[in-house]
Amino acid sequence: MRFPKHSTRRYLAVVPAYNEQATVGEVVAALRRHAPEFDVLVVDDGSTDRTGEIARAAGARVVRLPYNLGIGSTVQAGFVFAQENGYDYMAQVDGDGQHDPRELRKLIAAMDADPEIDMVCGSRFLTDDHSYPAPVSRRTGIHIFAFILSRIVDQRVSDPTSGFRLYNRRGIGVFARDYPHDYPEVEAVLMLHWHRLKMIEVPVKMHTRSAGVSSISSGKSAYYMIKVLLAIFVGLARRRPEPDPGEPAGVIAGAGI
Amino acid sequence: MDSRIQIVAILAASGLLLFVLELVRRRRLLERYALVWLLAAVVLLVLAVWRGLLADLADVFGIAYAPNALFFVAFAGVLVLLLHFSVSTSRHTNQVKVLAQRVALLEERLSQVEDHQAADTGGGDPGHSERLIATSGEMLE
Repeated sequence: MRFPKHSTRRYLAVVPAYNEQATVGEVVAALRRHAPEFDVLVVDDGSTDRTGEIARAAGARVVRLPYNLGIGSTVQAGFVFAQENGYDYMAQVDGDGQHDPRELRKLIAAMDADPEIDMVCGSRFLTDDHSYPAPVSRRTGIHIFAFILSRIVDQRVSDPTSGFRLYNRRGIGVFARDYPHDYPEVEAVLMLHWHRLKMIEVPVKMHTRSAGVSSISSGKSAYYMIKVLLAIFVGLARRRPEPDPGEPAGVIAGAGI
Repeated sequence: MDSRIQIVAILAASGLLLFVLELVRRRRLLERYALVWLLAAVVLLVLAVWRGLLADLADVFGIAYAPNALFFVAFAGVLVLLLHFSVSTSRHTNQVKVLAQRVALLEERLSQVEDHQAADTGGGDPGHSERLIATSGEMLE
């Protein structure tokens, strides 16, 4: 399946990878095969295995962080790269193979359908097919976040932990400047809301991880739950960021005369 | 109160104060972190010199046994210091993160430039590496 051709638009696929040597080569190859208009950038989060070399051999550009910074800072390096190299759209595709590059077409279609949209998020839970295999504990966590977030942002958010996302320039700009640290996807939804950027979800299918272990082991999920909940509720009390020029006008009054 | 213990206390507090000042003088301690320590040393010195102050403070706060007031003040001071350190650690974490990202991005950029240069010496597109170098130069400004 071919993508609609927009010769003037530049797309970047950012693949955050930490010790994913078993899968990252295949992810890069699949991106180049199924989403050829995307340039592929692998951000190697200080891996101790051959992740970076394999990604480069597979044809990706590789930014190698000097030591392990964590997923949030890794993806943020991708936003900074996208911004500085003038990309119009940036997709995040995980390095473990759970995201299917063929599904990027759906994200692009949703982005193209409405110029107001700043982020398109692939959701596992919008399909009728409820076969996404995840441990009950993690699914429960996801649904709790989904419930809370949906109330706060006043929009249904079914899969706030999905990292399969496409951003436009406004989204790239916001997150190049400031992106949450650990387990960042949930907070990123909130940040979009505060910057008055629009997001939409589209149903996608995801695979189970083909190798390696998730960055979120079951033992750590409770810790992450609490940390992200703290971030959400502290974030509610935080001073709202001023919208940038070009962002939709907000209700914050500027400095008066 | 035995005046010997008062002398020891004054000497110790003065010693701390002088040590902190000396660390700042030798640039081992930045002023911004020294301020908290100077404050702590001064408070200790004042309490050592002014014998009645601790008892009065204890009275104000309804603490029956004056030394407990000292423990309370000391503990509160330590807590504030620790919090201060957590805050500065968080700031440093952020700064180091940004530096690490910049280093990684620049390394990638450098390797691109080098690849293009290598390709050029092999008879590739001669203008390309100059353009890349030019953009790298802009970034350094």
